[in-house]
This record gives sequence, C-alpha cells and structure tokens, in this order.
Amino acid sequence: MRYSKKVLDHFLRPRNQGTIKNPDAVVIIGNPKCGDLMKFYIKVGKNKQGEETIKEAKFETLGCGVAIATSSVATELAKGKTLSEMMEITCNDIIKELGELPKSKIHCSVLADKGLRKAIEAYRKKKSKKLNNKNF
Amino acid sequence: MKKIYLDHAATTPVDKNVLKAMLPYFSGKFGNAMSIHSFGQEALEAKDKAREQLAVFFNCELSEVIFTSGATESNNLAIKGVLRSYYSKFYSLKGAKKAIMPQLPFNKTKIRPHIITSSFEHHCVLDTCKTLEKEGMADVTYLPVYKKGIIKIQDVKKAIRPETILISIMYVNNEIGTVQPIKEIGKLIREKKKEKKEEGELYPLFHTDATQAANYFDCDAEKLGIDLLSVSAHKIYGPKGVGALYVRKNTPIKRIQDGGDQEYKLRAGTHNVPGIVGLGKAVEQIRTQNSKGGSKKILDLRNHLIKRILTEIPKSHLNGSKENRSPNNANFRFDNVEGEGLVLSLDMEGIAVSTGSACSSGALDPSHVLLAIGLKPEQAHGSLRLTLGKNTTRKEIDMAVDKIKETVKRLRKISGSVLEEF
Repeated sequence: MRYSKKVLDHFLRPRNQGTIKNPDAVVIIGNPKCGDLMKFYIKVGKNKQGEETIKEAKFETLGCGVAIATSSVATELAKGKTLSEMMEITCNDIIKELGELPKSKIHCSVLADKGLRKAIEAYRKKKSKKLNNKNF
Repeated sequence: MKKIYLDHAATTPVDKNVLKAMLPYFSGKFGNAMSIHSFGQEALEAKDKAREQLAVFFNCELSEVIFTSGATESNNLAIKGVLRSYYSKFYSLKGAKKAIMPQLPFNKTKIRPHIITSSFEHHCVLDTCKTLEKEGMADVTYLPVYKKGIIKIQDVKKAIRPETILISIMYVNNEIGTVQPIKEIGKLIREKKKEKKEEGELYPLFHTDATQAANYFDCDAEKLGIDLLSVSAHKIYGPKGVGALYVRKNTPIKRIQDGGDQEYKLRAGTHNVPGIVGLGKAVEQIRTQNSKGGSKKILDLRNHLIKRILTEIPKSHLNGSKENRSPNNANFRFDNVEGEGLVLSLDMEGIAVSTGSACSSGALDPSHVLLAIGLKPEQAHGSLRLTLGKNTTRKEIDMAVDKIKETVKRLRKISGSVLEEF
C-alpha cells in the first residue's frame, strides 16, 4: 500500500520535531530491535478553567517514515489538550488523523500515543513526589 | 524529474534486443511447443534455440537445461526434486518395500537425509529447507557466513555426513552481493565422492542459486563442478516469470509438479515460449556485454560510489566484504538512521534504492542476511542497498550520493541521540 499524502507530508516536514529546554517530562519509548525509538518532551501549562494542559510537545524519533509521521501528528494532537483528554487519545485517533496506514505499520502509531501517555504519567509522578516532599 | 534506478538486484529492465526477440511469439507465432502442427513446430524451434543459448552459457548438453518460471521454482525443484528422488528409491525396491518401510525416515531415525545450506540464502531456498525440516523429511545444517558474508570451505567439509544428499549454496548473495567459493566447494565435493565409491558416487549433489551471479560470474557447470544451477531471466535484462535450472545428466531428481511431459518430464506445464525466447536472448547478451568490458565499467562506478559514501558521510559502513563482492552491489548502513525512511525519502527525490531490511515489504523483522553477518537488529534496520545496472552513469551515482548525504543528515536530525540514550 502506498502512503497517504498526509503521511508523506508529516514525514518530510515533521511538526514539533526537536527538543524542549527544561521540560516537565521526557520519556523514551520503543524497541531498537523493531527499528523504532521515540523520545517525547512535554511542557505542561494551565487553561482558563485552571486545568492542566499540554503547552508544548516535541519529539525525536529514530524510525521509519510512519514512525516519524505519527510522532509529528501525535504531538500536534497533544498541543492545548488537557492531560486527562490526552490520556484518552488512542492509536485510532492518530491513524484517523493521518488517513489510512498499511496494517503492518500500525505498531508505529501505537507507539506514539503510548509515548505521550507515558510522558503525562511521568509528569504526574514527578509532581506527586514534589507534593509529598513539601508535606514532610 | 528524471528518475534514477539503482535497484537492479530487485529486477532489471528488459533489454531492447531481448524484447525484439520476444515480440513475435505473443500473437503471431503463438503455437504450443508441444503441438505437432506447424504452429507448434514454430514455437518448438524458438524454444530449442533458447535451449542452445542456455547450453552455451552453462557449457552443457541441451538435455541438461530445464526451463522454469523463475529462480524460486528452480530452487524449489532442485531441493525438493532431489529429496523426492531420494525417497522414491526406497519405495521402488522390489520386495524390500516392507522390510524398509519401518525405517523410513519420516520419524527421527538415522537415515533421514541431510542437506547443507548457508544461513543467508534467499528465502526460496531457506524456507524450502525449513519446511522440509519441519515436516521431518530432512535434517538441515545452516552454515555461518561470518562478518564478511562468505562461507568457509572448512565448515562445508566438517558439515558433510554420510547421509548428506545435497549442498545448496548461493553464488552471490542478493542483499550484500558477497561471492561464495562455489568452485572450491565443487572441488571438495568431487573429492568426497571419490572417497565413498561404494555408494555409487551419487551424493552429495551440489546446487547453487546463481540468480544474482549470472550477469557477472562464470556459470560454466563443468568448471564449477556443479550438479544443479538456478537462474532467473528478469535479473539479467530478460522478462519476469521465466528462469532455468541446469541439471547435470544422471542427477537423481524427480519433478515436483505433475502434469504434461514438458522439459524431459521434469517440469510440467505449457512452455512460456516468449519468456523462454527472452531468457535465451538475455544470456546471449551477457557474453557480448562482458566482452565489451561492461562489468569493469560497473565495478569502477560501484567503487566510486562506495568511496564517496564512506568518505563523505560520517558513521557510514559497508556491509559485507568489499573485495569478494558482485561488481554491481553496494550495501551500507548509517548509524542513527532507519533504512525504510531513507528509501522513502530518496524515492520522493526520484531515486529508487532498497533497504536491506524487509520492513518495507510488510515484515518488520530486520534482514536475516544482515543478522547472519553479525549485525545487531538496530544496525540492520539502518541499511541501504544500491545495485547498479549496465546503463547506470557516473552522473546518476553522483546525484544519488548527494541526495543520500542530505537525507541521512535530515533523518539524523530527527532522531537526535535517542538510540544512545535508550
């Protein structure tokens, strides 16, 4: 199957590619044996309702075209979403955003949504640790 | 945008002269080569001419050339056909049938025949061997190929058992282009056979898959000391869907596809006459091409390619031996770059290359060839194969190198240092 125009576009011109200085969380996900590794950086902010949101999300990815495109789309989807909203994002949302994907390639996008969830979890863990430390 | 094709190991364009030779046999001279009437005779003549061309190429008799649908079929026929013949001998022993039956090697008895092959054969050989192993029809030894991608004669020697019936080693590897010591193995087997005269000197038989070798290497069956040799037309500027198997006279082999009496009863099915005519013309052209120094020209271009990549792109490596390598093959790997992304990027620039990894073809496992030469999976994922053809120019190579340089740089920027940090 040929890749959709959108996949090729995100592969050639990935959005949010790069690093964040002083991020609130950084995670690496993937397995070099499968050929795909993704690193996500997030910066957390607050919206008008006072809910925590993804202020900024960036990535570095070693992987095939789809791995890069899904990293790009996932970080785009993440921006501005509340953390709880972002925890609900599944691989299907990413695939929908990109149009169709070859079946054998779906594991790449599974990786991107997992990666962002892992980043949020890491952030929450860090935060609760900080709170605990304050309480003592 | 003018496209640049550097994937000749995948397939080659049909040569103009080959196409011209084939064209009359599609519609005008359409006869079935097995028919008695004039239409059939016309087709038969064309087929026989092609057989002569192949016989010159293999330096063999006409009856030793079997036309097939391609190298996959040739390889299947060679391996399964030899095994089938081996088993049929047990059944055909008059009176002894019952006595021998309980010992038949369908279970784990000692007389199960043994096959030797290498760990980086094309899948049509490797999977055939694995299937036979799984079905309990044969024991198989997969020889190591080491870092250089070349098997050692000593390993072949050590692996041979009294019950070894077939040794199947590819001539040139399809991914990394390394050349195997076919002539030396042929010599070794001949000597081994002399030692065990009482067995009738039949086994072990020696087969080589010469699909990637036919363009540049000697396929003289006598010189190589080979019993079975597979070729495919579409790798040598012929059409797809046709190939041949050289079968030495008196080789114990049975057909694996039942039907008509075609090809000395070894390969049933109506002859692909235009295809066979094309294959004949294609092997004939190889001689002219090489006598004009075509192979040297490709070698020089390929060396230029390797030199430029390795000197101009940091952290780039050549996979497999540089010296014992087909003149048209270069296979690189780049640290912190994934091969499929590289191929995809280059394709958008009009440059057709391929990855060593099967990732792009649907499977996600890294290439068995690159793992066999000792690469880690993450290294194997970063590989790129470029295979030149007779019409490749220096300008094309230089343009390709420039684009590869740019793309590797871009993809490395995207991947950062994620692999080291993992």
